[in-house]
Amino acid sequence: MKNKKYSLEDKILLAHGSGGKLMHQLLKEIIFKKFRNPILEAAEDAAIFRVLGKLALTTDSFVVKPLFFPGGDIGKLSICGTINDLAMMGAIPKYITVSCIIAEGFPIRTLEKIVSSIANTARQAKVDIIAGDFKVVEKNACDQIFINTSGIGLIEHSLNLSCSNVKVGDCIIINGTIGDHAASIMSARKSFGIESKIKSDCACLHRLVQEILKVSDEIHALRDPTRGGVATTLNEIAIASSVEMVIEEEQLPIRKSVLALCELLGIDPIYLANEGKVLVFCPEKEAENILSVMKRHPLGKNAAVIGRVTSKNKASVLLKTKIGSTRIIEMLTGEQLPRIC
Amino acid sequence: MKYIDEFRDKKIVQALLRDIYRLAKKRFNLMEVCGTHTMTIFRSGIRYMLPENITLISGPGCPVCVTAQKDIDRMLRLAQNKQVIITTFGDMLKVPGTCSSLEKQRGNGFDIRIVYSPLEALDIARKEENKQIIFLAVGFETTAPSVAACVKDAYRERIKNFSIYCCHKLIPPAMLALLENHQIRIDGFICPGHVSTIIGTKPYERIVQEFKVPCVISGFEPTDILESILMILEQKQQNNPGVKIQYSRVVNPEGNLTAIKLIKEVFDIDAAIWRGLGIIPQSGLRLKDKFKIFDAERKFSLRVVKSSEPKNCCCGEILCGIKTPPQCPLFGKICNPEHPIGPCMVSTEGACSAWYKYKH
Repeated sequence: MKNKKYSLEDKILLAHGSGGKLMHQLLKEIIFKKFRNPILEAAEDAAIFRVLGKLALTTDSFVVKPLFFPGGDIGKLSICGTINDLAMMGAIPKYITVSCIIAEGFPIRTLEKIVSSIANTARQAKVDIIAGDFKVVEKNACDQIFINTSGIGLIEHSLNLSCSNVKVGDCIIINGTIGDHAASIMSARKSFGIESKIKSDCACLHRLVQEILKVSDEIHALRDPTRGGVATTLNEIAIASSVEMVIEEEQLPIRKSVLALCELLGIDPIYLANEGKVLVFCPEKEAENILSVMKRHPLGKNAAVIGRVTSKNKASVLLKTKIGSTRIIEMLTGEQLPRIC
Repeated sequence: MKYIDEFRDKKIVQALLRDIYRLAKKRFNLMEVCGTHTMTIFRSGIRYMLPENITLISGPGCPVCVTAQKDIDRMLRLAQNKQVIITTFGDMLKVPGTCSSLEKQRGNGFDIRIVYSPLEALDIARKEENKQIIFLAVGFETTAPSVAACVKDAYRERIKNFSIYCCHKLIPPAMLALLENHQIRIDGFICPGHVSTIIGTKPYERIVQEFKVPCVISGFEPTDILESILMILEQKQQNNPGVKIQYSRVVNPEGNLTAIKLIKEVFDIDAAIWRGLGIIPQSGLRLKDKFKIFDAERKFSLRVVKSSEPKNCCCGEILCGIKTPPQCPLFGKICNPEHPIGPCMVSTEGACSAWYKYKH
C-alpha cells in the first residue's frame, strides 16, 4: 500500500468502518502515523502495558459543535478533558484510549486535522495513546464526529482529594478567568453581529496540579468546573461535604469580552463551562503559597481566591454581590437560553 | 468595564440606599414592569437591601410569560408540519402548551430553530426555498421594529415562504389595565428601559393623569434601579407624579422616531389576549392588510385548538402582581426550571424562575 495524500473531496465512507482494506489504509495513513508508540503499534486486540502503583481511571465523550473554535477543537478537547479529570484526583496521566464515531461523508482532511490535534495535545502532555476504535455510521445516525477518550493516571501523593473532604475555613482558589470556553463556543456558533475574539481556555491542567501538590500537602479537594460552570461545581461540593460557602463576586476573574457577551445575552458567567480551570479547596494558611505557584504558571496568571467555606451542615453556596448584598447561587437548571428583550 | 462597573459601585449604592431609607416612611408597593429588572433585582440582591416597607412587585413584562395559552397551542400546531421550519427566540422553547412544548416537538423530529433576530429567520427563508419559515413574533415594543423591518424586507423581495405568528404586545395598556383592575395597589412603576427607548415618555402619560401613579423609566444596572426607586419616592413625597427618565443615557423623551414609524407602517394596534390579564383593548400589534400575506395564522388556516391553562398554576395572578411565586401551590414542588408547569418558570425573565433561582 502506497502512502496516499487525501484531497479536499475525499470523504469517509461506510466502507472505512467495515474492517476491510479501506479501514486498514486509513488507520495506517492517519491514525498510526500520528499516534506513534510501541504499545499501539503492536496492533493487538488489547494494549499490553505494565504500571506499578495506585491508579486513577476515567472516561468521557465529546460532542462539541462547532468542531473547531478559537482556542481549540474537538481533538484537543477530548484529550484535555480526560487528562483534567485524572488531574483533579492528583494523578499523573499516563495512557489514553481514543474512540471515534464518524458520520459517512465526513471529510477525511478534517479527520486528519482532528487526529493531528489529538496527537499534538497528547505529545505535549506526555501521554501515550495506546488503544482506540473507529466506527462509521450512516449520515443521519450521528452529527459529524463523536469522540470518546479514556485515561489512566498514576497517583503518587497520599492526600485524600475528594469533594466530600472540604472543611470549614477552606479557601476556594481558581486558576483564572471563568466562562471562556462556553463563551468562545457560543460566539463561534452564532454570529451576533459582533466581532468576537474570545478564546476557549481548553488546556491540560495536570502539570499545574503537580506544581500545586509539590508545595502543599493539605489540599482537600480539586475540581474542574466544566459543564454547569463554577456555580454548579461549587454546589456539588457543598452538597458532598455538607458545607456552606460564600463567593465574592468582586473576586471572580472574568474577561471583559466574556462579561460583555453575557450581558448581551442575559447569561450568568458563573454557569458557563470551562475547560482549563481548576477549583482548589485548601486551608487558609496554604492559600497564599498555592496562589503564588499558580500565578507563576502559564495557566494560572489570573488566579484568585474567590471565596471561603464558612460553616458546616447546611449545604449552600452564597454570593456576596458587587453592590454588597448576598444571594444564593443555585445549580444550573436546564439549558441557558438567551432572553428575548 | 465601561458602562457596567460604574453602575455596580458599592459607594453609590450605599448613598442611594441612605436616601431611600430616609424617604420610605410609609408602605410603598412598587412594580418593576420588566422581566430584566426582576432579574437585576434578584441577581444583585437589591431586594434584601431595601427598607421593609418597600415591596417590589414583578409585573407583566416578560413577553413569553404573558403569551396566552391559546397562542402557545397554535404555535405548537404550526410546528407539527413537515413543510414548516419554526424560528423562535430561545425563551419560547420550553413553554408548556396544553399538550406539548416546542422543545418536545423538536425532539419528535419537527424543525424548530432558535434565532437571535427575525432577520436570521428571513435568511433561512431565502436559503430554504422549498420550506415554509414561520417566525414566532413574541415580544414588546423593543422587538417590534426589527420584526417590522423584516416584514418590509420580505415584502420588497417578494419572499413567499416567510410568515410570522404575531403575538406582539404593548406595555403601557397592560399597566393601565392593572390599575383599572384595582386588585392590587401600585404606588409607582419602574418602567422598562428598552421598551421606552422605542416609545419615549408619552404612552405613560395617561397612567399619571388618570391614576396619579409616578412612572420612572429605569436602566438595568443595580444603581439604575435604586435611583429609579428614589425618584419615585421623591415624587410621592412632593405629591407631584410624572413620567421621569432615569435611564437618560439611552432614552429620549420622544423615543426612537424611526422605529415608531416602522411599527406604524407595518402594524395596526388591536386588542390582544394576555395571560392573566385577559383581553386588553389597544394592547397588541396586528399586521396591516398590505402585509397580510405574511400572517402565518391566515396562511395556514389554523383549526380551533382546544386550550386549557395548567391546573393550579398561578402564572396569571403572578403576572398581575396579585400573588408572589411562593404563594403558588405548585412553586418549587412540581414546578421548577427542570419541569416548568407555567411560563413564568421557563423564561429567564419570568418572576417564578428568578424567585426559584435566587431565593428558593
